[in-house]
Amino acid sequence: MNRSFIARNPSVLIFLAILALFTLVVTVLSEGFGVGLISTSFVKVLGKTLCLCLIAIAMDLIWGYTGILSLGHFAFFGLGGYMIGMWLMYERTRLIVVNSLSEGVLPPTPEEITAGIGNQIFGVVGSSDFPLIWAFADSLVLQLTFVVLVPGLLALVFGWLAFRSRVTGVYLSILTQAMTLGLSLYLFQNASGLRGNNGLSGLQNLPGVTAPQSVVSLWFFWASALALGLGYLLIAWVVSGKFGSVIRGIRDNEARVRFLGYSVETYKLVVFTLTACIAGIAGALYYPQAGIINPAEVAPIASIYLAVWVAIGGRGRLYGAVIGTAFVSLVSSWFTGGQAPDVPLGFYTVKWVDWWLFLLGLSFVLVTLYAPNGIGGLIDLLKRKPRETDV
Amino acid sequence: MNTLLEVSGVTVSFDGFRAINNLSFQIADAELRAVIGPNGAGKTTFMDIVTGKTRPDTGHILWGDKSLSLIGMSEAKIAQAGIGRKFQKPTVFEEQTVQENLMMALRKDRASLAVLFFKPSTSDFERVEDLAEEIGLGEALLRVSGELSHGQKQWLEIGMLLAQEPQLLLVDEPAAGMTPAEREKTTAILVEAAKTRAVVVVEHDMEFVRRLNCKVTVLHEGAVLAEGSLDHVTKNQDVIDVYLGR
Ligand SMILES: Nc1ncnc2c1ncn2[C@@H]1O[C@H](COP(=O)(O)OP(=O)(O)OP(=O)(O)O)[C@@H](O)[C@H]1O
Ligand SMILES: [Mg+2]
Repeated sequence: MNRSFIARNPSVLIFLAILALFTLVVTVLSEGFGVGLISTSFVKVLGKTLCLCLIAIAMDLIWGYTGILSLGHFAFFGLGGYMIGMWLMYERTRLIVVNSLSEGVLPPTPEEITAGIGNQIFGVVGSSDFPLIWAFADSLVLQLTFVVLVPGLLALVFGWLAFRSRVTGVYLSILTQAMTLGLSLYLFQNASGLRGNNGLSGLQNLPGVTAPQSVVSLWFFWASALALGLGYLLIAWVVSGKFGSVIRGIRDNEARVRFLGYSVETYKLVVFTLTACIAGIAGALYYPQAGIINPAEVAPIASIYLAVWVAIGGRGRLYGAVIGTAFVSLVSSWFTGGQAPDVPLGFYTVKWVDWWLFLLGLSFVLVTLYAPNGIGGLIDLLKRKPRETDV
Repeated sequence: MNTLLEVSGVTVSFDGFRAINNLSFQIADAELRAVIGPNGAGKTTFMDIVTGKTRPDTGHILWGDKSLSLIGMSEAKIAQAGIGRKFQKPTVFEEQTVQENLMMALRKDRASLAVLFFKPSTSDFERVEDLAEEIGLGEALLRVSGELSHGQKQWLEIGMLLAQEPQLLLVDEPAAGMTPAEREKTTAILVEAAKTRAVVVVEHDMEFVRRLNCKVTVLHEGAVLAEGSLDHVTKNQDVIDVYLGR
């Protein structure tokens, strides 16, 4: 009865095997390391999709398992992106500045270098001084720590305030929307120190790396696959034992869990913070593949899409979140990328770029009404064995 | 016998309506007590107050040898201090198995990190099996509790309370909706439980209360109307007027 975690959860192994196989196939078909059937830009699309799957399983942990409909997790995703983006932009600019200054007669002073970098980065917002939050941008190690620390800290403070006051249900969802809206509006200001609406750009270039994008894109693809695999393993483990029992109990009847002696608020805070950290990591892997991050990325709608993906895939089963996210985001990039053929109806031409959102909204409504378990529910139907107890 | 729980002068109002009115109530170690009273007498509200769900406007609630004040403590802290509660509606975690329900209730460290790294030992599994046996669900360990019958859910909830090993058990209408045979079994479980801890049972069914064979407290309009043996209180004219004589 006391079997190992993997033995009790065969679906985890199946998922990891499929992910490994997928990674291998993409690598073999890629331009960087394989036969070149898959373009570099599509490798990036796939890599970004893996990052979205990672934040989606985090969303499933907080929503599907714990019952907290957070509509703000893209704030943490975006913060992760900004944290790594700062180092990427700083370091690359520094190399460029040092390079161009070294053509002079005298070796450049550190002040000249700093001023040069500042001009390059903050020229667009009419400034050249480094804001305080860039103090550690020259350290990869510190910025990587911030990828986890900054979203985690924001979640900890926000969650502590919200859960302690027993804000639940739709009020909590609205509060998380307000949080991500607030962050977005703040970042839009030039005074935020993160280049306002320009955001951070050129993130696809790794400082000091001469390898072509076809190769770099695969590095990030692999890193994303690894992060998704580890994240899946971690979350599957978290929900498998007694901790999983308690958070599912909180989802189904939090008062009852309290009277069992569990501090519901603490559990919620732990899950909220953990998922925020995972979202931060996902964002830090996503934006170097996207190349650019700006405040629009953390607009409230982004977090709503996240909930839609998880709902379409099916809540409370991690593979459901992965399937829903991969399916919807790939179909979405097909429709909005102009690849989908327009449908001429004579009197009107259906342009998918405009109509895709309508289609997505409609399928969300249909799933909510007719298939509350989403795509994952179909897999449950196939899995269901005839019941022996009904003799 | 020592006093385990002492409620004195407690008043609770909801929007000006006094659901509990200057209530005083005591229960001793390992005592079985029945609480009866008409609908709206404040029986459930009394349990809400003791377990920290509702905060009283005035009064004291003292707990245990050290006379710890329960007012202002969180529900979780009160539960950890040794007070278990069964709700009027059976509330078990329907999507989880009988085993998972009992394991969650088992008396262990409730801190989130300890729970995260918790690995049930063989003796934990045995304890869960024994409990399931005790409540007649020994064969149903791996069944999802949502599939259980109404009576079985009530027992599972009582089993979860026993798993918590509380010193005081508050049980709200355990026999509601049960068949006569199920009621008998429930009585047996409660009487057995009261041998080692205090048990307070709220019940409307007089036959059920008679079988518990214990001291009875009659609540009415948020205060104690009468107290004593069942025969004693049923002869009380006030009790006949407000409750039995309807
Ligand atoms: N949260 C609340 N807000 C307002 N009124 C309440 C609240 N809780 C209880 N009451 C009122 O307090 C009174 C006592 O309710 P309580 O549920 O304690 O009665 P009870 O003795 O358990 O009755 P029953 O036998 O029907 O279960 C009732 O009139 C009820 O309407
Ligand atoms: Mg009641």
